Amino acid sequence: MYMQTCVMGLLLVALLPVLFSIADAVDRSNFKTCDQSAFCKRQRDVKPGQSPYRALLETMELSEARLTLQLINDNNKVRLLLELYRLQGNMTRVRINELKPLRPRYEVPDVLIQEPPTESLLLLERDEHGMVLSLGVDDQRLIINARPFRLDIMDGPKVLLSLNSRGLLVFEHLRLRKDTISHKISSTVGSMWDKIKSVFSSKTEADAEGVENDVEQNEAEKVEEVEEVTEEEEQPGMWEETFKSHSDAKPSGPSSISLDFSFPGVDHVYGIPEHADSLKLRTTDGGEPYRLYNLDVFQYELYNPMALYGAVPVLLSHTAERTMGLFWLNAAETWVDISSSRAVQGGGDAPQTDVRWISESGIIDVFIMLGPRPTDVISQYASLTGTQSFPPLSALAYHQCRWNYNDQEDVQAVDNGFDEYDIPYDFIWLDIEHTDGKRYFTWDPNKFSQPREMLQNLKDKKRKMVTIVDPHIKVDSSYKIHKEIRSKDFYIKNKDGGDYEGWCWPGNAGYPDFTNPEMRAWWATMFAYDQYEGTMDNLYTWNDMNEPSVFNGPEVTMHKDALHGGWEHRDVHNLYGFYVQMATAQGLIQRSGGVERPFVLTRAFFAGSQRYGAVWTGDNAAEWGHLKMSIPMCLSLGLVGISFCGADVGGFFKTPSPELLVRWYQAGAYQPFFRAHAHLDTPRREPWLFGPENTALIREAVRQRYTLLPYWYQLFYNAHRTGQPVMRPLWLEYPGDPATFAIEDEFLLGKDLLVHPVTDEGSHGVTAFLPGEGEVWYDVHTYKKHQGNLNLYIPVTMNSIPVFQRGGSIITRKERVRRSSSCMEDDPYTLYVAVNAQGTAEGELYIDDGHTFNYEKQNQFIHRRLTFTEGSLSSSNLSPDSQFSTASWVEKVIFIGVPKPSAATLRTADGAESPLEFEFDPASELLALRKPGVNAGADWTIHLR
Amino acid sequence: MSCAYLLLALSLSVCLGYAVEVQRPRGVPLSKRQFYEENKPFTCLDGSRTIPFDRVNDDYCDCKDGSDEPGTAACPNGSFHCTNAGYKPSFIPSSRINDGICDCCDTTDEYNSGATCQNTCREMGRQERELLQKQAEIAKEGFLLKQQLINEAKRQQEEKQGKLSEMQTNRKTMEDKLEALRTVKEVAEQPEKEAKERHLKAWEDQKAIIHAEKDKAKMAEVFLELDDDEDGYVSVAELQSHSELDPDSDGALTEVEAQGLLGGVDKVDASSFETAWVSIKEKYISESQADSAAVDPPAEETRQPVPDNEPYPEDDPVDEEDENEDDDEDEEDYRDEDGDKPPPSVHTPEKSEPDEDAMPPYDAHTKALIDAAQKTRDDFDEAERALREVDDQIKSIEKELSFDFGPSGEFTHLYSQCYELSTSEYVYKLCPFNRVSQKPKYGGSETNLGSWGSWAGPEDSLYSAMKYDHGTGCWQGPNRSTTVKLTCGKETVVMSTSEPSRCEYLMEFTTPAVCQEPLPDHVLHDPGEL
Repeated sequence: MYMQTCVMGLLLVALLPVLFSIADAVDRSNFKTCDQSAFCKRQRDVKPGQSPYRALLETMELSEARLTLQLINDNNKVRLLLELYRLQGNMTRVRINELKPLRPRYEVPDVLIQEPPTESLLLLERDEHGMVLSLGVDDQRLIINARPFRLDIMDGPKVLLSLNSRGLLVFEHLRLRKDTISHKISSTVGSMWDKIKSVFSSKTEADAEGVENDVEQNEAEKVEEVEEVTEEEEQPGMWEETFKSHSDAKPSGPSSISLDFSFPGVDHVYGIPEHADSLKLRTTDGGEPYRLYNLDVFQYELYNPMALYGAVPVLLSHTAERTMGLFWLNAAETWVDISSSRAVQGGGDAPQTDVRWISESGIIDVFIMLGPRPTDVISQYASLTGTQSFPPLSALAYHQCRWNYNDQEDVQAVDNGFDEYDIPYDFIWLDIEHTDGKRYFTWDPNKFSQPREMLQNLKDKKRKMVTIVDPHIKVDSSYKIHKEIRSKDFYIKNKDGGDYEGWCWPGNAGYPDFTNPEMRAWWATMFAYDQYEGTMDNLYTWNDMNEPSVFNGPEVTMHKDALHGGWEHRDVHNLYGFYVQMATAQGLIQRSGGVERPFVLTRAFFAGSQRYGAVWTGDNAAEWGHLKMSIPMCLSLGLVGISFCGADVGGFFKTPSPELLVRWYQAGAYQPFFRAHAHLDTPRREPWLFGPENTALIREAVRQRYTLLPYWYQLFYNAHRTGQPVMRPLWLEYPGDPATFAIEDEFLLGKDLLVHPVTDEGSHGVTAFLPGEGEVWYDVHTYKKHQGNLNLYIPVTMNSIPVFQRGGSIITRKERVRRSSSCMEDDPYTLYVAVNAQGTAEGELYIDDGHTFNYEKQNQFIHRRLTFTEGSLSSSNLSPDSQFSTASWVEKVIFIGVPKPSAATLRTADGAESPLEFEFDPASELLALRKPGVNAGADWTIHLR
Repeated sequence: MSCAYLLLALSLSVCLGYAVEVQRPRGVPLSKRQFYEENKPFTCLDGSRTIPFDRVNDDYCDCKDGSDEPGTAACPNGSFHCTNAGYKPSFIPSSRINDGICDCCDTTDEYNSGATCQNTCREMGRQERELLQKQAEIAKEGFLLKQQLINEAKRQQEEKQGKLSEMQTNRKTMEDKLEALRTVKEVAEQPEKEAKERHLKAWEDQKAIIHAEKDKAKMAEVFLELDDDEDGYVSVAELQSHSELDPDSDGALTEVEAQGLLGGVDKVDASSFETAWVSIKEKYISESQADSAAVDPPAEETRQPVPDNEPYPEDDPVDEEDENEDDDEDEEDYRDEDGDKPPPSVHTPEKSEPDEDAMPPYDAHTKALIDAAQKTRDDFDEAERALREVDDQIKSIEKELSFDFGPSGEFTHLYSQCYELSTSEYVYKLCPFNRVSQKPKYGGSETNLGSWGSWAGPEDSLYSAMKYDHGTGCWQGPNRSTTVKLTCGKETVVMSTSEPSRCEYLMEFTTPAVCQEPLPDHVLHDPGEL
C-alpha cells in the first residue's frame, strides 16, 4: 500500500506537491533514469572495446578449489584480485575486488545459506597468453585470456559464456578526494571532527594535526603505490550527487563496478525481477537498462524496466540445448543492460545476447550456473540461496484483505458475510489503520479494543488474521518500540551520526537497522505474545514499506549516505526488506517456541527472500493490463526461487468492473498467493457485493482453489525441498520447444496443470498452447482430451477458467470444500488419474499436520507416490523413514482417458481384496471408482481388468 | 464412517407434556421424512437414480442433488437439517457437518468431529422469544406512535393546506393594498417635490446675491490691501508684489503682465478695480495669509459645515428617498464620502463659510408636505415587506408539501428536525429531508455528508432507507454520501454511523414511522416445526 490520503494534515500538505501531482500513472520524474544516476551514466558511457585489464599470470595461485590471479588496469595501474572457484553442482564463482582497497568494500552477507562447497580446479594448460582449467563436468573448461583479460567457459568447442569479452569490466577503485586536505577532513571525517572540537576544544589544534598527518600519510602511500598512474579525470557526480532536492554526500567517492557477459547462441534471457515487464527480457539498447533498486513506486507502469519493490539479481539464459544462470551477488543499486546481436558462429548466423551488470558499490561476486537443464539451474541457485519456505497449508488458501477493515465489528461482519454467502476463506487482513496512530505492534484503542476476542472469534471458525507491521517506527518518546530501539541505539544513522529520520505513515519515523543481527534478534522478540499485546497464535504478519519507503527521501526511499554501522545505505539498500522479513519470520517462529511455521508477506525482497515467506507484486491497479501482468511477474519470481507470489486480486488502485474482479479471482485462484486487496479510497468489493451471479462466479473460483489445496501443498513441499517453482513458465518443462519460450499468458502449476486465465475484457475465447509432442491434455472441467503441441481455441463464458491436466499425471483433490482449509484437514481425497498415450500416470501425495515444523524435525509426514501402469493404480511410500497418521481417506478415484474395465478390485496392505463399484462415461472415457475407502497414508493397489 | 442412521428422539413441546419419537436419517427434515424409508431403495429427490438404502448417509455422494447424504459432508451441494428443539429449526450447508465448528444449537452437526458443543437451543430460544417479545412491544408501541404521527401529519397537512390557501387569499388582499398605497405615495410625493424645488430655487437665488455682495466686499478689501501707498490707486508696482498672480507662471510678474492684469493701464482706482479683480481673484493670496502660510487657521471652521450639511442636503428628493432605503453599506459609503472630502483649502476660503453654504430650513408648509409624503412611503414599504414575507411563507409551505413524507405522511414530523449522534471523534447530525453532516468534536469545521436525495430502500420497502448525496468532495474520491437505514423504534434516534467505504457513510436511524403493524400474538409463540 502506498502513501495516500490517511496522512495527517501537516504531512499531507508537505507532501502534496511531490507525491500527488500525477494521479493516474507513475510520476517518472520521481525516479532516476540511468543518466540521472551518476555511476550508471559514467559506466554506460564506457563503450565496448579493448579492455584495459590484463591478467598477471605470474601472480596466479591455485589451491585445491581456489584460483587467484591479479588483474591490472593498464591505464591507472590499479590492481584487482580475481578469485575463481569451481562449486559443487556445476557452478563457477568469479569474484573480483581491489587488491588493496583503501577501505574494505562491502560483501553481501546472509544471503547465501552457506559458504558454497567447492570442487577441485584442475589446471589443464598454461602459456604466456593464458591458461585453461577443467570444470570437471563433461568437457567443460574455463579459459583465462591474459591480454586483454577475458574469461570463456567452454563446452567442448562451444563457447557457453564469455566474461569481459566486450571489455566492460570497469572497477572504480576507492580513492582520496583530489583537493585540499582541509576539505578532505571536512568531508570525510567531518562529523567526528565536530565532535572532537566540541568535546576537546582546547586540544583542537593538536588533534587536527594528528588527523591531518594521518591523511597525509595515506595520501603519500597512495601516491607512491600508483606512481605511474595517468591522472584520471574527475567526473561529475563522483563525490556528491543531487537528485531533485536531495543530495548524496558520497564521502567515499566513486566505487561502482561493471562487468559484461556474452552468451553466444542465446536469444532468450529471463529473470532479474522485479519489473512490470514481459517474461522474456527485452533488449535495452537505446533505452533504459533494467534497474534493480528496491523502491516504493506509486502507480507503476507496465512494460517498463523501472525498478520496483524488490530485486533479485539473477538472470537465466535459455536455448533449446542449454539453460544457464548468472547470480550477481550485490545489494547496491544495480542496472542491467541487455543487448542482442547476431554473430557468426560455427559458420552460421547465430544469435547472441550480451548482458552487462553495473552496481554502485561492493565487489563483483558472480555465480555462473551452468545448467544444463532449466531444472539444474534452478537447483544450482537453490543450493546457494535456499528454497522456498514451506508455508502453513492455510496460507495457500484464500486471503481477504482491504485497506482497511475499519474495526472489530467490520471484521466480524465480513467474516459472517463469507459464511452467509458460503465462500471459503482462511485469512482476514488488517492494514495500517488498525494500529494506534501507525505505531506497529499496537491496536487502535477504539476500533480494536478487544483484539484477543476478535482473534478468538476467528479461531472458533478455524480462521486466521494478518496484521501489518512496517519497519518505520514512529518517533514518539511514549512509544515502547521506539524507546527501546533508541535506547539500544538500533536506528539507522544519518551521515552526520544522528538517528536517521524520515516521513512515513506515522509522520516522523526512525528506521531500525535490520542489517544488525542484534537488532533483528530484538525485533524477533517483539512478536512474543506478551510483547505484542492482544495477539494469539492465529495472527500472522505482513511487512510492507520495507524498501524502505521514506516519503520525503530521494526516490521515496532512504538517503544513500545514511549509515548502517560502518556501511553506507548505498551498500546494503536492496537487502533491507530481506532482513525485515527474516527478522519477522524469526519472531513468529520464536513465539511458538520453534514449533509453528511462520507466515510473513513482504513487499521488498532480495535473493534468498524465498526462505522467509511470501511476496506480492505491490500496488497494482484495477486494470486488465495489470491482471495480465500478474502472470509474467510471478513467473519471473518463480524462476529465481520465489515461488510464493501473488498480485492483489481486483487491483489495489482504482475500482474493478465486476467482470474484471471475477476474472481476477479466476486467475488468482490459480496463482500461488491468493489475496484480494483494495485501496482505502475504493468502494467495498467483498465477493458478494456484485449481485448473485458474480457472487456465484467468485464462489466457484475460490472453491476450485480449495479443492486443489492438496496439490498446491504438495507443490510447495517440493518447492521447499528442491527449489523448483510452483508456478512455471512452459519453457521450464518443455525446454526444447522454442514455441514455449515467450509464452506469458499461460503457465504451469507444477508440471501437471496448465492454466490459461482469461485476461481480456469481454472475451469470448482464448487460445492456449498445449505443449509437448505426444502429450495429451484434459480439460479439467469437461474432461475433454486434447493433443499436445498445438494451439487450442477455447470458447469461454464468464464461468470459464481454462485449466488442463497433463495426461500421465495424478492430481489429488479434496472436494468437500468447507469454510476454511483447516476445516478440511481430515476430509477424504479424490484422485484424478489422467492417463497419457501410453496409458500410464503418476503423481504424489503429501500430508502433514499443515502448520508445524514437525515434518522436518520429527519426520512427521506422509509422502506417497501414486502410479498407474498396466491397469494398476498403486500408492507406495516415498519416505519410509517418516511417520504420520491421517484421518483422511480416499473417497473416489477418477480415471480420465481409460477404456471401460470389466472389473475393479482394491487390494489393501493386508492382502485383502474387494471389488469396487464404478461408473463409466464412454464419451469422455471417464471412469469413477466408488469409495475405495482406504486411508490416504496406506499402501494399496487398485486393479482394473 | 458408519453412523448412517440416527434415531431421533425428539422431545416435543415439553410444556404440552408428551413426547414422540420420529425415526429418520440424520439431517432429514420431518417434512421430507417420507422419502427416506428404511430398507427400501432410495430415489434421489431429483429422480436421477435409485440406490440401496444403506447408501443413504454412507459418506459418499451418489445423488447429483446431494439428497442421499443429508447427514454427511459428502455432497458439495447438500444441506443438513438441524431440528434445534427449543429454538428455530434450520438448514446448514452440509460442508458444515463435522467441521469442528458448532453451527446447530442442538449440536447435531458435530457428531463425529471431536468438537465439544453445548446445546444452546433452549437458551437461544428464550433469548429469541425475549427479543421477539421486545421487538413486538416496540413494534406495537411504535405502530401506535406511528398512527399518532400519521394523524398528526394529516392534521398538519390539512393545517398547512388551510394556511396556504388562507395565505394565498391574504396575499391577494395585500397586493391590492400595496397598489393602493403606491398611488397614495405618488400623490403625496408630487407636492412635496414641487415645494422642495421651490425652496431650493429661492435659496440658490439668495445664495447668488450673497455671493456677489461678498465678492464686492472682498474686492474692496483687496483694493485697500494692494494700495500700499494708500493713494486710492492700485499701481503696477503695487500689484507686482504679488508674484502668485503671474499669468504665465514663470515666477516673475513683469510690469507688462501687471499692466495687463490692470486692464492695460498703470494704475486703477477703486471703481475701475473690478476688471482687474476678475482676473486676479482666483490666484490672489491675502497678504496676511501669505505671511503665515504654514498656519492652517480655517480648519475648525471648515469642518463644522459637514455635520451641518446633513439636515440640508443638496440632493434632490428622489435621492433622499433612496437614502431611506439604503442599507448599512450604503450608509457607510455616504460617510466615507464625507470623510474623503479633501481638507478645506486656504485657496477657497469663501466656500468654507458655514452660514452661506447651509440651506435654510424648509418652511413649515414644505415640511408638512415632506412629512406627509414620508408617511405614505413608510406605509408603502411596510406593505411591501409584508407581502414578501407572505411570499416566503407560501414558498416554504409549498416546498414542505412537495416532499414525499411516506405513504401516510408518517415521516412528516422529521421535517425541519435534526438528530445528533456523538461518537468518540465526531458529532454526526441528521436533518431528515435536508442534510447529514459531521463535525469534529475537538475543533474543525463541519463536513457535509450529503444533501437529501431520495428514498432509497429496495422496491418492496422503499421507505426503509434514505439517500443523501452530493456532500463535500473527497480527495481523489467521490462526493460524500450517506445512506440512512430506518428501523422501527419507539424513539426517533440516530443509533450508529459508519463509513463502510471511503466517503460512503451508513447511518442507522430508528423511528416509529417505519414500524409495521405487529403480527397477531400467537405467531410469536409458534414453536416452529415441533
